[in-house]
Amino acid sequence: MHNPQLDANGKLKHLLTIEGLPKKILTQILDSAESFVGVAERDIKKVPLLRGKTVCNIFFENSTRTRTTFEIAAKRLSADVINLNVGTSSQSKGETILDTVDNLIAMHADMFVVRHGQSGAVHFIAQHVPDNISVINAGDGRHAHPTQGLLDVFTVRRYKPDMHNLRVALVGDVLHSRVARSEIHALTTLGVPEVRVIAPKTLLPAGVEKLGVQVFHDMKTGLKDVDVIMMLRLQNERMTGALLPSAQEYFKTFGLTQEKLSYAKPDAIVMHPGPMNRGVEIESHVADGSQSVILPQVTYGIAVRMAVMAILAGRQAGGGA
Amino acid sequence: MKIHIKNGHLIDPKNKIDTKRDVYIAAGKIAGIGSVPDGFVANQTIDATGLVVAPGFVDLSARLREPGFEHKATLKSELLAAAAGGITSLACPPDTDPVLDEPGLVEMLKHRAKQLNLAHVYPLGALTRQLEGKLLTEMCELTEAGCVGFSQADMAITDTQVLWRAFEYAATFGYTIFLRAEDYYLAKDGVAHDGEIASRLGLKGIPAAAESLAIASILRIAHETSTRVHLCRLSTAEGVELVRTAKKQGVQVSADVSAQHCHLTDHDVGYFNAQANLKPPLRSPRDKAALCQGLKDGTIDAICSDHTPVDDDAKLLPFAEAEAGATGLELLLPLTLKWATDNKSTSFDAIAKITSQPANILGISGGHLSLNADADIAIFNASQEWKVDANQLKSQGKNTPFLGLTLAGRVQYTLLHGQITYQNS
Amino acid sequence: MQLPNPETLLAEITAKIQAQLQPNSALVGIHSGGVWLMQRVLESIRQDIPFGMLDAALYRDDYARRGLKTEPKPSNIPFDVQDKHIILIDDIFYTGRTTRAAMNELFDYGRPASITLAVLINRGGGELPIAPQIVGANIALKPNQSLQLSQDTKDKLYLTLEANDA
Repeated sequence: MHNPQLDANGKLKHLLTIEGLPKKILTQILDSAESFVGVAERDIKKVPLLRGKTVCNIFFENSTRTRTTFEIAAKRLSADVINLNVGTSSQSKGETILDTVDNLIAMHADMFVVRHGQSGAVHFIAQHVPDNISVINAGDGRHAHPTQGLLDVFTVRRYKPDMHNLRVALVGDVLHSRVARSEIHALTTLGVPEVRVIAPKTLLPAGVEKLGVQVFHDMKTGLKDVDVIMMLRLQNERMTGALLPSAQEYFKTFGLTQEKLSYAKPDAIVMHPGPMNRGVEIESHVADGSQSVILPQVTYGIAVRMAVMAILAGRQAGGGA
Repeated sequence: MKIHIKNGHLIDPKNKIDTKRDVYIAAGKIAGIGSVPDGFVANQTIDATGLVVAPGFVDLSARLREPGFEHKATLKSELLAAAAGGITSLACPPDTDPVLDEPGLVEMLKHRAKQLNLAHVYPLGALTRQLEGKLLTEMCELTEAGCVGFSQADMAITDTQVLWRAFEYAATFGYTIFLRAEDYYLAKDGVAHDGEIASRLGLKGIPAAAESLAIASILRIAHETSTRVHLCRLSTAEGVELVRTAKKQGVQVSADVSAQHCHLTDHDVGYFNAQANLKPPLRSPRDKAALCQGLKDGTIDAICSDHTPVDDDAKLLPFAEAEAGATGLELLLPLTLKWATDNKSTSFDAIAKITSQPANILGISGGHLSLNADADIAIFNASQEWKVDANQLKSQGKNTPFLGLTLAGRVQYTLLHGQITYQNS
Repeated sequence: MQLPNPETLLAEITAKIQAQLQPNSALVGIHSGGVWLMQRVLESIRQDIPFGMLDAALYRDDYARRGLKTEPKPSNIPFDVQDKHIILIDDIFYTGRTTRAAMNELFDYGRPASITLAVLINRGGGELPIAPQIVGANIALKPNQSLQLSQDTKDKLYLTLEANDA
């Protein structure tokens, strides 16, 4: 089956998911991101690559935080940015997803950054845009959040460059997490030999081990000797009910505390995609502690998104990456 | 009108015929098989050289979308599609709008179908009012109006006591209950088989246990209440096994599978292909293998088209938002023949799964070509290949996971009451 | 064509660079050849002067035609560019477009007092009003010829000339 993210020459056309992306492309994005990290430290925090291009942020599901990082990334590449929160406007008026997209195509946007509550919705949009438009998935349902996965492995690579010799543990709500799926695919594609997931059975999808991970149900054995701990966000509405009895019990069993952190390697790093629920997934002492790289993740997120946009816009130009 | 169908290969499973025989039709009935009736002079001769002559097919589930969903399909468009697919009898589920829970609606539907005279339409009445799973319908009245059984379509009865009483009441009069077994809560909001593919794609899963748990309780209730039950659209290996065991124990149960599920699995969802959004969901390759085996050993009695025309507005959406269902009337024959080829079964067995067997389940007279039976006949070329093309389909529903694929088995003539209702040009 | 020995040319431009050094000078090499040359210059002059590296890939004017380079190398200017006399080092000077991109990038770090361009070889064919001030050798080449500087594992420099007849 043709991978809809790649064009006929095997070049990245859309970024929809990490699954199925060749390692070469993943590495190219990460290497390019290295060039963009420094841009934010300059007097003029802008490079002219996307001058005259229009990037359209289409958010069917509101997220100020993610939208902002994409907006900053696009603006630092000198693109013009249009933000559209569809969740609050046209959809409620009965306009279909394709109507919305057709309207934006008519406005001559060059790149769509799309977030949608349904898994697969961004694939759907990518199938229906003309060839000159690239689509970046900014999160679709439970399916994928590829730029988050990329920025996470970028962060890992910066702190633990030897990816072939790492033990990484993802902790928490894997079932509902597009971030977890993207992280798992990114880590395994880059050759990380051991990826673990630690969660209660109610928060793990069916057949999760088929994604190439080892499954643990307790922190003590799951975190033993790991180099990287990736915490996952637990949505408020899932804290009580039939998935979990209470936030307190979750924190007690699966929350990352200083004590549980000590099961991991002494130099293990702690990551979280944000926004954090302090005292539920992670205690403040750990979130703000010396092993936490949660803020660098945010910084690198912009560089990684700049790299993705620059590579996609370059393809549209007809060559290069 | 007297028709002579000559030189065809006759397959009539009920009468155990699988050989070259001529068929003679007079006054809408079968007047002779193999030998010319006395004084028979044909007005028309159909040369069936190289073709198979079979009883018109019987489809256990075809949504005609009337009343209520005429933007998706009409009785006329779908009955033309049935004729093009060689189908002369079909049962339609009660999930129309309004729901088929009033005798008047059933009479109207029967009347409209009769006027069109393209296929026999056998409505399944609603088992509960509005399909809400709370109040029983007037099953006797509905039967008088033309219902051949009672069904919940895709709606569940979550209250086990209502389910139990519906079985008892139906058993009182010897009616058959048609149920698609699916635990309401385990399946809630799910759109794909709960397995590796759904996990990768982040689609909410429907576990296989949603079907097997429901089948287990339905079979238990059927056994306790001595009710005849037909399980619609089996999709899981565990479900097949439960039916196999129940049949051995003498429970009055029959089962069908959709033609799609004989060939496709959750892998066909690919990159969120909404055409593969079906009810029940396409399941794992292991489940598909068990369904095919179940058909072969007789655990599953029939193959149905599960014809569900879906308009583009409802299909052209992200996978989970797209309406489930596929057009199927015109694909029933080729997909059934393909099941036989793929599973080293015979054309004879394949034809039985879409003629005599489903006719038995519905308790109707069609599905065979005995002397003096209605001359409902399908004449087809078993090896002729054709490409599934939306523009060529007669059905108003153009969506199916088989779009663009080439299938073998093309209907050349369909006859209803000895009248040609379809001829391939 | 007899190519000059790059090691000899390097010695020449090193001397010229040394002659131009002021208290506020800084060296910036353009990836990859310019960075090798800068490192050799720094070894020779044995002075503690600030230095940095530029890729300029993010400023190139051919991005619209060729896309982003597959293996960009990060720019790194670890000193304050403001009011520095910058000596920008590249291996081959051709159209001037790389220099233009590099200068644009430099200005995004701050306002230098001056920029001097030092190159090993000026092959002619400038397309912009930009010219190197310090030159090892002038060699006129045809557009179909491609001159490359390379470096072996012992940091010895080589020049290769290829003709592309296509």
